[in-house]
Amino acid sequence: MSILEYNGGAIVAMVGKNCVAIGSDKRFGVQLMTVSTEFPKIFPATDKTFIGLPGLATDIRTLSERFRFKINMYKLSEEREIEPRTLAHLVSSTLYERRFGPYFVEPIIAGLDKDNQPFICGMDLIGCINFAKDFVVAGTTTDSLFGVCESLWEPDLEPEDLFETVSQSLLNAVDRDSLAGWGAVIHVVTPERVITRTLKTRMD
Amino acid sequence: MATTRLEQPKGGFNFDNYQRNVFLENKGIPVPKMTKTGTTIVGLIYKDGICLGADTRATAGPIVADKNCEKIHYLAPNMYCCGAGTAADTEFTTALISSQLELHRLTTGREARVATALMMLKQMLFRYQGHIGAALVLGGYDVTGPHLYTIHPHGSTDKLPYVTMGSGSLAAMAVFESKWRKDMERQEAIELVREAIESGIFNDLGSGSNVDVTVIEKDKVDVYRNYAKPNERGVKEQSYKFKRGTTAILKESIKDLVIITEGIEEMDIS
Repeated sequence: MSILEYNGGAIVAMVGKNCVAIGSDKRFGVQLMTVSTEFPKIFPATDKTFIGLPGLATDIRTLSERFRFKINMYKLSEEREIEPRTLAHLVSSTLYERRFGPYFVEPIIAGLDKDNQPFICGMDLIGCINFAKDFVVAGTTTDSLFGVCESLWEPDLEPEDLFETVSQSLLNAVDRDSLAGWGAVIHVVTPERVITRTLKTRMD
Repeated sequence: MATTRLEQPKGGFNFDNYQRNVFLENKGIPVPKMTKTGTTIVGLIYKDGICLGADTRATAGPIVADKNCEKIHYLAPNMYCCGAGTAADTEFTTALISSQLELHRLTTGREARVATALMMLKQMLFRYQGHIGAALVLGGYDVTGPHLYTIHPHGSTDKLPYVTMGSGSLAAMAVFESKWRKDMERQEAIELVREAIESGIFNDLGSGSNVDVTVIEKDKVDVYRNYAKPNERGVKEQSYKFKRGTTAILKESIKDLVIITEGIEEMDIS
């Protein structure tokens, strides 16, 4: 068993028409035992950007705070909000700094930039960025999520349709993963608003 | 502008987590897989310069992590570098050397030589004794003419007129060995590189998707991103859109980012 599979979890992000969506499950487990069903894995970076951190729970908590710190420091020194693309490189460098003693997380970043252009990207645990134009997945459910997203995603989905596609992709993939599930949360980011929805899921 | 930073950037690697991770490894928990570019990368010298080529597949174990990644990295205006191996290592090693070359160029006031970049890369890789898993094909055109090198993760280098690297190197080299000639024309060279990469794409499972080509001549660089797309995805015959309202929602919260006001507000002139 890989250490990335110790606590379980799944995250997916997709691009739509002038919008992005990012979703995750809410399980926190220790191998096959579920400890909590209210464990956040997606963290707001700015108004229109989110970071998803699947992986080892201890590192998720460490890094979410480290990134919060770095994002705040960026805002104070630059006197502006960080762009999603810049954030991706900040996260990437933070991870690569620990190339020989990594944090066990595979971050996903989703957001709208200053021109409200959608941006998503995924990373491996040492910060190799994957700039995707369609969708990115990470966590223990990666394999099933790849399959389901590859078939369900289509270009230019409206925010409401994107929400359904992300939700159904996550829900169905997670049902084939014993380590993920137990509740899910989806954020849909549009230029006007951020819609956060908690989904009804199987609880087994 | 006054900036306050509690954390000063120190540079270099951080080993804080190393002991913890070794402890986990000793308990029988293996280190997770990193993104590899089980790549085909090639380069050749032709009459007027250098032609570099790469496929665009990145893998994490058997899973294709990225179907269209970029493996030909910018080093300097007259130098490009193809990367194979651990994806993050190729990305960051080339970025680091690229920034050092930029500074070198500014202090000397001259265009950097390919041999300079070669030494910087090989000395860095040798220093890390192969732990930085970057296998590179370095190509460029400087004051002394066109140069083509390969650099292995341990820091050894070769200087040859045609080179291949990565898991698809055998497939690509087979093409080069049978078809490379001295002083080829530009278009001939590009087509040979495309053929070599396609040989990797179709015969090596670690390589796939599209062909990227970069041509470097004296004072001229052409980057052909996705020069050939031999694996275009077929169009879906049906839409798999879900009917709105399919997903059951327990809770919803909306955060408005723009305040919409009804009607015309009177201007405050007080």
